[in-house]
Amino acid sequence: MKTELAHYPKEELMRMLTTMQTIRAFEEKAGMMYGLRKIGGFCHLYTGQEAVAGGAISALDLSKDYVVTAYRDHGLAIACGMDPKKAMAELFGKVTGCSRGKGGSMHLFDVEHHFLGGNGIVGAQIPVAAGVAFSQQYRESGGVTLCFFGDGAFHQGAVHETFNLGKIWDLPVVFIVENNQWGMGTNWKKVSAVDDFSVTAGAYGMKGYSCDGLDVLDVRATIEQAVADARLGWPSLIEARTYRYKGHSMSDPQKYRTREEIDEYRKRDAIQSFKFRLSEAKMLTEKEWDDLTRRIDAQIEEAVAFAEESPEPSLEELYTDVYA
Amino acid sequence: MAEITYREALNRALDEEMARDERVFLIGEEVGEYDGAYKVSRGLLAKYGPRRVKDTPISELGFTGLGVGAAIAGLRPVVEWMTHNFALLALDQVVNNAAKLRQMSGGQLSVPIVFRGPNGPAEFLAAQHSQALGGYWMHVPGLKVVAPATPADAYGLLKSAIRDDNPVVMLEAELMYAWKGEVSDQEYTVPIGKARVAREGEDVTLITYSKPIRVVEEAADRLAEKGVRADVIDLRSLRPLDEETVVSSVWKTSRCVVVDEAWPMASPGVTVANLVNSRCFDALDAPVELVSGEDVPMPYNHRLELAAQPSVEKVIAAVARVLYREDL
Repeated sequence: MKTELAHYPKEELMRMLTTMQTIRAFEEKAGMMYGLRKIGGFCHLYTGQEAVAGGAISALDLSKDYVVTAYRDHGLAIACGMDPKKAMAELFGKVTGCSRGKGGSMHLFDVEHHFLGGNGIVGAQIPVAAGVAFSQQYRESGGVTLCFFGDGAFHQGAVHETFNLGKIWDLPVVFIVENNQWGMGTNWKKVSAVDDFSVTAGAYGMKGYSCDGLDVLDVRATIEQAVADARLGWPSLIEARTYRYKGHSMSDPQKYRTREEIDEYRKRDAIQSFKFRLSEAKMLTEKEWDDLTRRIDAQIEEAVAFAEESPEPSLEELYTDVYA
Repeated sequence: MAEITYREALNRALDEEMARDERVFLIGEEVGEYDGAYKVSRGLLAKYGPRRVKDTPISELGFTGLGVGAAIAGLRPVVEWMTHNFALLALDQVVNNAAKLRQMSGGQLSVPIVFRGPNGPAEFLAAQHSQALGGYWMHVPGLKVVAPATPADAYGLLKSAIRDDNPVVMLEAELMYAWKGEVSDQEYTVPIGKARVAREGEDVTLITYSKPIRVVEEAADRLAEKGVRADVIDLRSLRPLDEETVVSSVWKTSRCVVVDEAWPMASPGVTVANLVNSRCFDALDAPVELVSGEDVPMPYNHRLELAAQPSVEKVIAAVARVLYREDL
């Protein structure tokens, strides 16, 4: 497994760092905008989990690979290349949003960047992702689909039906459970028969991997291996153990966990540890970091301004996009 | 023009569309090696191979959702449900994904997929296998719903459904698969959203769809013997609904009976009755009558199961009520 810095060119490491920090800045701003009531409804932030998106998407060839996820989707959308302006405008419900203001936070889609949502029903995107992989196989495109879901979704029947279909048809799919340890307010250990989701892969004849979801290079290396397998028609299951800093959604008071638990994970913050590692290896100076964060902050400010200034959809839009 | 069965008509449509378009594939339980639980897909595995005729495990949720994913990624799946009763396990994928992905993505995605299989009661199958569930699909914006009642329409509507860029649910019926009818040897399609006027008359409008067409036709024959001439409308599509054909008929006859084998609550039948009430109020000489399935789970006993469904006698009695005649 290529988990050392030396395995990667500097530009690639900087790309991962940039992706992670862009997601962090976007989510911090989205949280603020939610507080200002610029964003409504359910808004699930990805803060804390950035290494999963940053590492996983860097292992793909998005000219032919696809990504499908659930409703905690801002991070993966940005990692796939969605313009933060379009993402923020969508959160604001504006017509310039990626989904023309009709999807909102839970339903980001970017067909151009091969990001296929954005699904609000726990576990429902998993058979869909297998279908995307089926199409890749059918068309012999050589592509792979990454199918993301949370620890809460793991117990849905759709997951287990799809594992079976993926294996019997040798689909080019990688199933990734982002175990952020809390399915809404339920600790994953309370509702799981196993203490490592990846072991269930064996029940379906698939390979199972677990990786440290707070270590971007561990994620990257694990996904790279799984993607290589998937291109040969060997689907696999990866558990990325991670942690979310914020509530399940913005309306969650988080009475089910302690401040200390969150602080413990913040000490292992994925972005800070990666930054530290790069600095120690003399691959990143403080000035480079400052420049990077300043550039990202400006990009996110620009996204907010774009969302603010964009128009709402006209009422005529009510009946558009329902049928092709 | 040849007389073929409804089953053969569906098979011919599938075969032609698979030959015409490489993106079309068939997926479902027993569609391949077994030639289809009701033999609709007979011969297709032999002709097109296992890449395009996919036998699935018994996983309605899984393979229906997989079809949706294949549809948004460039293919045109035909998903066969062994019956609509089992499709309830896949309701989430149809309602929450197939019907909504286009709108939620702001028009970026399209979902060209057909879901098809037998719907409604057959015989001796009891409650879990004898349900007319068209209303479940008809309720949902983003879906289209078709219900052909003849081999000619089964052929033409399935071809239209496969070519449509939207999710289309097709209602067939176990007992209809052996029905015979004339089907042109020439290739053609039947447009989705257009009703068929099965016969013309001035005295009363009878509206139905799918299998009850035969009950309605027989009732119309018997009424004709008594001098009552019925306009018979076979809806063919439930969504979109051909409002104009329905409305213009009732404006002509002033009396209307809707015949629907589904249960009466929140059903296709009440939707049509409401349409007639709201758009033909000034034309109506009697309240609209609905002959529906009885509001009970289907019993196994044959006498009881027949009593639970629309019948010729029930239709004639409803016509007698809207005509205020006691001699029918």
